[in-house]
Amino acid sequence: MSAEQSPKIVIVDESPIRAAILEEGLREAGFTQVVHISEMQSLLARIYAVDPDIILIDLENPSRDVLEQMFQVSRAVRRPIAMFVDQSDSASIQASVEAGVSAYIVDGLKKERIKPILDLCVSRFNAFAKLQEELERTKSQLEDRKIIERAKGILMRVKGLTEDEAYVLMRSTAMREKKKIGEIAQSIITASEMLK
Amino acid sequence: MTGPLRIGFIPLVDAAALIVAVDKGFTAAEGLEVELVREVSWSNVRDKLNIGLFDAAHLLAPVAIASSLGLGHVKVPIAAPFNLGINGNAITVSPPLHAALMEEIDGDRFDPMVTAKALSRVVAKRRKAGAEPLTFGMTFPFSTHNYQLRFWMAAAGVDPDEDVRLVVLPPPYMVDSLASGHVDAFCVGAPWNSVAVDLGIGHILHFVSDILVRAAEKVLAVRQTWAEKNPDVVAALVRAAVKAAEFIEHPENRDEAAQILAQPERIGVDAEVIQRTLGGRLKISPDGTLRESGRYLLVGREGAGRPDPVQAAWLYAQMVRWGQTALSEAALRTAMGVFRPDLYDAAVGQSGSAKDVSGGPFGAFAGPGFDPQDLAGYLASFEVAHRTR
Repeated sequence: MSAEQSPKIVIVDESPIRAAILEEGLREAGFTQVVHISEMQSLLARIYAVDPDIILIDLENPSRDVLEQMFQVSRAVRRPIAMFVDQSDSASIQASVEAGVSAYIVDGLKKERIKPILDLCVSRFNAFAKLQEELERTKSQLEDRKIIERAKGILMRVKGLTEDEAYVLMRSTAMREKKKIGEIAQSIITASEMLK
Repeated sequence: MTGPLRIGFIPLVDAAALIVAVDKGFTAAEGLEVELVREVSWSNVRDKLNIGLFDAAHLLAPVAIASSLGLGHVKVPIAAPFNLGINGNAITVSPPLHAALMEEIDGDRFDPMVTAKALSRVVAKRRKAGAEPLTFGMTFPFSTHNYQLRFWMAAAGVDPDEDVRLVVLPPPYMVDSLASGHVDAFCVGAPWNSVAVDLGIGHILHFVSDILVRAAEKVLAVRQTWAEKNPDVVAALVRAAVKAAEFIEHPENRDEAAQILAQPERIGVDAEVIQRTLGGRLKISPDGTLRESGRYLLVGREGAGRPDPVQAAWLYAQMVRWGQTALSEAALRTAMGVFRPDLYDAAVGQSGSAKDVSGGPFGAFAGPGFDPQDLAGYLASFEVAHRTR
């Protein structure tokens, strides 16, 4: 960043991990002036204190509506801000909304300068979502495994089966009923609790 | 159509007709499969409707107009074939501001001119004492809440851009902001006013029906191009909403309607609080004072469901009055064209000539009668305004 100074970027995000992932990406790409705001009280005042060129906000954040006020010409607003919308490129709007992020820029900032930032933002947000999904999946697999172990124990005790037989019985039932083995295991636990 | 219709909404009581239409099976009876998607901001609802992630949405009536005019965002023509609510907002003030207003009040405390004059005296006193200007929360720049607050205070000479601060706050944050003193008052829809009163941190000063007898609040919005491509779906959706609105308006159904709306994935507050709004019987002070109004929120009665283009014209006039856009004949026509009584009539099999079904007076407590034929004259009559150029 020699000819032009790096634009000042504010990230408004209540998720510290996602904000960190994004901030790191921006710094790697040479954007050195990045500020993260996680506190939503008096959001506008905080933003004005930083006086950014670009504001990035996640779409799960209700405070997005607060930013819309910055378009308005009023005493409370110092620099006119616009939402970044490239009318010629609806695909990029779609991509950013689907990724769950939105960008606001100081009026007059060149499109060429914001485009790479938004693209980076979209890819980092998507990466974060994928990460979270994997985490959820691992968690539910772990949960499933615990349930299956308990159900196996019940079958062994009640029906006098070996461990392998109990597992095969659950698996074949699951296949026959087109259900997940975790669901079958859960119904065994529920049923056994009811019959106690 | 492939897959279910995706319809966005914000958890507010005026989404009632939409939520009940889906959860009570009125949409299914019309052969529609609908997935309701709860959203956190009006900006999200607008954007997702605009780019086609939503097929329809519960939307602030002024946002539908702003989108169609390209104000503040991309220009996407919107059609509103059903009006989801008339009125329904209230102005709530903090206990200290309430006390200050009551000290200055001279006349009927439910008369908005009396309270506006009291406000102007409070504002003057604070200025003299060197205190910070009062801060009012509202939900969106293009919102009825914004215009209703402005209309009210400006009637007594309080300039909403100079004498006080108006700030946007997401509805779920309103109550916290009032409690923390971040705002002194707010204008918002149900259930948030009642929540503030129940917590003992707010007094409901006005139902917005004190300020305007009849004001279009939220609409069922679809993209105009989508409405043209899917006329049968639009008609089915309108019929389902009409039936749901009728269901909700029957007092014997209020319990059930409130239960449906109270679900955590819908509005997610106590059914009893929702009941108050639907019944127009609200606790207005922490001491338990009740106030009842037949006009608090109109979901289906008095022709509330039929979009009225004159209401759209009034909202457009407010945008001009407060400098959000310049006055133009073409823009006025576009704004009025967003509200589609023709689509409503086609859906319910009503003849288009039945003009008297909707409309009715605005009943503004101040200013001249509203005439969309002479917006320039109407707007010129207001002393406090911030028109562009």
